[in-house]
Amino acid sequence: MSDVSRATFRSPLQESLAVRWLLILVAVAFLALVVLLPLAAVFSEALRKGPEAALAAFDDEATWSAVTLTLTVAAITVPANLVFGVAAAWAIAKFEFPGKSLLITLIDLPFSVSPVVSGLVFVLVFGSHGLLGPLLSAWNIKIIFALPGIVLATTFVTLPFIARELIPLMQEQGTAEEEAALTLGASGLKAFLTVTLPNIRWALLYGVLLCNARAMGEFGAVAVVSGHIRGLTNTMPLHVEILYNEYNFVGAFAVAALLALLALVTLGAKSLLEWRYGDALAGKSRH
Amino acid sequence: MPSPSSNGDTATRSPARADTETAGATAIAVRGLAKDFAGTRALDGIDLDIRPGELLALLGPSGSGKTTLLRAIAGLEPLSAGTVHFGGEDATALRVQDRKVGFVFQHYALFRHMSVADNIAYGLAVRPRALRPPRAEIRRRVEDLLELVQLPGIGQRFPGQLSGGQRQRVALARALAVEPRVLLLDEPFGALDAQVRKDLRRWLRDIHHRTGHTTVFVTHDQEEAVELADRVAILNRGRLEQVGSPDDVLDRPANAFVAGFVGQAVRLDVTVADGVVRAGGIGLGPAPAGATSGPAALFLRSGDVSVVAAGAGTTTGTVTANTRSAASRRLEIRLADDLPQIEAEVPLDRAVARSETVALTIRTGRLFPLVG
Repeated sequence: MSDVSRATFRSPLQESLAVRWLLILVAVAFLALVVLLPLAAVFSEALRKGPEAALAAFDDEATWSAVTLTLTVAAITVPANLVFGVAAAWAIAKFEFPGKSLLITLIDLPFSVSPVVSGLVFVLVFGSHGLLGPLLSAWNIKIIFALPGIVLATTFVTLPFIARELIPLMQEQGTAEEEAALTLGASGLKAFLTVTLPNIRWALLYGVLLCNARAMGEFGAVAVVSGHIRGLTNTMPLHVEILYNEYNFVGAFAVAALLALLALVTLGAKSLLEWRYGDALAGKSRH
Repeated sequence: MPSPSSNGDTATRSPARADTETAGATAIAVRGLAKDFAGTRALDGIDLDIRPGELLALLGPSGSGKTTLLRAIAGLEPLSAGTVHFGGEDATALRVQDRKVGFVFQHYALFRHMSVADNIAYGLAVRPRALRPPRAEIRRRVEDLLELVQLPGIGQRFPGQLSGGQRQRVALARALAVEPRVLLLDEPFGALDAQVRKDLRRWLRDIHHRTGHTTVFVTHDQEEAVELADRVAILNRGRLEQVGSPDDVLDRPANAFVAGFVGQAVRLDVTVADGVVRAGGIGLGPAPAGATSGPAALFLRSGDVSVVAAGAGTTTGTVTANTRSAASRRLEIRLADDLPQIEAEVPLDRAVARSETVALTIRTGRLFPLVG
């Protein structure tokens, strides 16, 4: 009797086999169409005329200059947002002060503003006809159509990533451990370095990876401020567009493939760390 | 521009009065302490002397300010007014790092990314190089402390792998590692289940005897306070209601709040007239000598109510419930329909039926006149 009831019993949270397969199929099909197919297309287009043709795209000053510029921008933007993100999350999560909700809204602003508008704002402020334009040209400082402008626009667009990753975690962790460190004689800085920072290291790493991926891939805001000077102010995404518009499809997709590869390496590194330190990650939420 | 007159600041920093007052046998002296939170007064004019080596409980309902007072003593909470002295030394302006207090947080606040041994060693390891003990010495101290808190050999585990009671012990070991002047514990047993609570109470008392630290702990559990502490300080709405031994607060409550908060008493609103205490028109018994006439609050514990032979008592009541405990029977008795039920204990051999009317003698000692 009990065998029969066990055979027909289904957990109340489990759907029938047909429904389960249907849902799985829908999910897989959607993912394939939206993520896997475009990614495969990038690589297949790049390699359509053979690997030699794809590699030939990198035998070009302008391409290498774009790669260098993209890496330079990321190398400046990510540390800047790292410092800002940790400082902002720390202030928001651990202290009460007037204007706190305004600060949170400001941090979210780059997410809600179109990247093109973000770029335009910097042109309006720093461009030759902009607010500070006359002052800057008098001092012979070039921001728009130069590296500083690209860095500014990228920093703006990627500003929320690290702070947003840290704020909920730091709020949940509260201030008790820091207070404990202080009662045990640690200075504020020492408490931050030995208690606060280790407690957020995983969220911090995740935020940095996201921020880095976006910094290397940003198109809209950078397109407005860069001026598309080939070999000078073209980042990789902009270079892809130029090559594509010149009907150099293999070249465009080869550079795009490199960009995608950088993103995949980033994701791979994250997965590797999660797998390697999975216990520590789980421990974070266990108590 | 600095001017010579700025010397005046240092002259006013420590008033001589406070120094002479707190000299002698006080480990912690709190004077006129007040704390405002966004316009509301969390602590109001607290004066409290804590003796060296004593185990003092800060007892009060939630929101009474007991945790705020503990945090103020530790230096975790800036004061709105008042002073805190440690052994005669003015600590009011000292930073929390320099107060040398051992603080055990309600949820222990163990460093979750560090092993138990690293947690305990933390206070020694963060010292400046000149004051830091050598590594072998630190390791030995950690082992000694783990021995003291009866958790030998768990140094390499992480806080997430420990039970609540074990975390509590590690937190205490961590606080003791820096050899604090005083030990402050915030609701030390609050997050534990009943059996662990009882064991840890006994254990904390034992550790206190062995180490002799001046210890202050916060609790909302009056049973815990009177069982564990040498003296109990009772707080209500940011004010100290009474400070005294468990006998004092249980047998000689200073006011109606204390009488109602400790000792599991039933409160009856009574009137005193012509030397008799009456509740809802029923005479309960003669008023104690010197009782003022007028409305009053009477606090009755089960020991104050005795069931006597029929016709012998000062009043009568109807038994509504009869429950058995290990050594006696507990009766719930109704004096009148609109009065709260009172409790009495009778020996096991005294058989009492429900709804039986019994004669009672009531001790009316804990009587507080109601003013206004």
